[in-house]
Amino acid sequence: MSYIPGQPVTAVVQRIEICKLRQGEHLILGFSIGGGIDQDPGQNPYSEDKSDKGIYVTRITPKGPAGVAGLKTGDKIMQVNGWDMTMVTHDQARKRLTKKNEDVVRLLVTRRSLEDAVKHSMSGYPKQ
Amino acid sequence: MDTESTHSGYSFHSSRSGRSNRHGERSRERHKASSSKDSSRSERSVVINPPDTPSQNSPVQNGEPLPGEPAPPTPEHGEDAQDDNWGETTTAVTGTSELSLSQEEVVGLRKSPEDRVRQCRRYLPLVLGLCMGLLVLATPLAFLVLPAMLWPDRLQACGTACEGLFLSISFKLLILLLAVWALFLRPAPAGLPRVCVYRAFLTTLTLLLTMSYWLFYGVRILDAQDEDYHGIAQFSVSLVDSLLFVHYLAVVLLELRQLQPCYSVCVIRSTDGETRHYNMGQLSIQRAALSILEFYYRDFPLHNPALLSASKHRTAKQMAGLKVYNVDAFKNRLRTYLLDSSAPGNTAGAQPPNGNQSRAMVAAAAKRRDSTHNELYYEEADHERRIRKRRARLVVAVEEAFTHVRRMKKEDERASPSDIMDVREAALAIFPSMARALQKYLRATRRQHCHSMESIQKHLAFCLVNNMSPKAFLEAYLAPGPTLQYGPERWMADQWTLVSEASVTSGLKEGADILLRCLDFSLAVTVKGIPFIQMSEEFVDPKSHKFTLLLQSETSV
Repeated sequence: MSYIPGQPVTAVVQRIEICKLRQGEHLILGFSIGGGIDQDPGQNPYSEDKSDKGIYVTRITPKGPAGVAGLKTGDKIMQVNGWDMTMVTHDQARKRLTKKNEDVVRLLVTRRSLEDAVKHSMSGYPKQ
Repeated sequence: MDTESTHSGYSFHSSRSGRSNRHGERSRERHKASSSKDSSRSERSVVINPPDTPSQNSPVQNGEPLPGEPAPPTPEHGEDAQDDNWGETTTAVTGTSELSLSQEEVVGLRKSPEDRVRQCRRYLPLVLGLCMGLLVLATPLAFLVLPAMLWPDRLQACGTACEGLFLSISFKLLILLLAVWALFLRPAPAGLPRVCVYRAFLTTLTLLLTMSYWLFYGVRILDAQDEDYHGIAQFSVSLVDSLLFVHYLAVVLLELRQLQPCYSVCVIRSTDGETRHYNMGQLSIQRAALSILEFYYRDFPLHNPALLSASKHRTAKQMAGLKVYNVDAFKNRLRTYLLDSSAPGNTAGAQPPNGNQSRAMVAAAAKRRDSTHNELYYEEADHERRIRKRRARLVVAVEEAFTHVRRMKKEDERASPSDIMDVREAALAIFPSMARALQKYLRATRRQHCHSMESIQKHLAFCLVNNMSPKAFLEAYLAPGPTLQYGPERWMADQWTLVSEASVTSGLKEGADILLRCLDFSLAVTVKGIPFIQMSEEFVDPKSHKFTLLLQSETSV
């Protein structure tokens, strides 16, 4: 999940679709985010590379929409509804997730276990 | 060994003539190696280890011969007969030289020549300084007065400039005399083994200067009967100026040079390991030893021999009752016995009971050694607890005693005169209530010999006069104070010997370790240099201090 500046980022992602839940006059998703290019990356407990300034999922309400949809803590959000989340400030990320006119957010998230699973499955094939 | 009498080549009086050498030796009552005055001094020390008898210390301390001893010029057989080796290892200089005295004469004059010699040595620098001062005062005045006395008619009249020179001479002489008084006219603080090199050099320089001026004066002015009085006056002024410069040199060499610290010395007392560190400048070894001793009297707690006997008892108990068996010799004997003897039944009986015994004893000794530290631990814990209990009782007693007495106020003046006491009576009145607790505490910490009853009462009176709290009164007894605080009879350290491998007038150098020995203990001094510090600078613009805030905020969506 580390990146080299100037090179395209490749990651194995999972598509997660979350329907927002209406609570009073707010639409909530049921998770908390941390990170951003204006934040201190060293304090992120979920990132492998401590210079990674991406947006990470820090908490999930278990029965909330995100938990139900399959989001896990420690996931790094790569895209929200097509908008990139790898190089955004914390506030921009929040805004993109809480647009009032959208009921559904489609996230592309990546986590370590996805990469490992792909690696394992690929190493099973003999080299040809 | 704990008590050793050792003398190296430089005894206390070695720099003086043989006369004082003899007296100094007689006062010590011990054997000495012959004192050598050669420049390359290597340390030769002779160790005589008499057995542990504490009574040996007292006769030597007072310097008085034991009663019933043979005449001191001959060696004392009574004390050292037990040490068989001393005859081979000592070179004794006995007093039987051209002057042989009977015992009564020796005892009679033992104290007085030593005292006289000591007084002479103490005031010799003062006398020398006075003589030099008088010489320095008299010479320029003599230069001015002699032409006026010897050929007054041919002398040119003294003009204005000449009389101005008189004024300048008088003030410079006054300043010079004050400076000489300030620097040189003091009784010597200590008697050092050798003459201070700088002082000798300065004295020589002054004498040389004065003599050369006199020579010039005698040849050119007295013989030629010069008439130019102005020139003579200028000559005298130049002498006084030169003397003032020599005095400046004296200030720099004697006082200023050793102010900047160059070496760090570590002083360790041999008996209980008290350690202190001091910074010293560039001094000769004997001056450095002197200042170390002055620091010793100020900083080191009083030497207490009663505290040292515990470890000796422990080791004595450990070693007592252990016998060493030579098992190999016994085995050989047994083997020969077994091989020689034809009866097999004897072998069982001849199994070495001694071998088993010795093995058992060794094991028992090992076990005892293991239990000694146990004993030490519990004994120390008990001792600590006892001291703390007694201390608590003492503190309570003293506080209670202090509540009974207070300073007289205005309204008490109308009280009956029998209640009004002065300080001594007040101290005597409250002393008995705390005396017992104080005595027991001092006995527990083994310091009862340091404080007499009068001294305690005096201290109590002092504390009452100065409105001190009970805790302030007690501090003097809870911890051993510096050596100087107690009277000279308790110091157990008044005559010191400097033992050094380098010459004592050479400068202090790194690694020039010296030993300062007195009768009961010694101070080991190690010298290390203060490192050369290379400092560089870095300029920081005060406007360059800028900060950013790094957050990790969490937003719930």
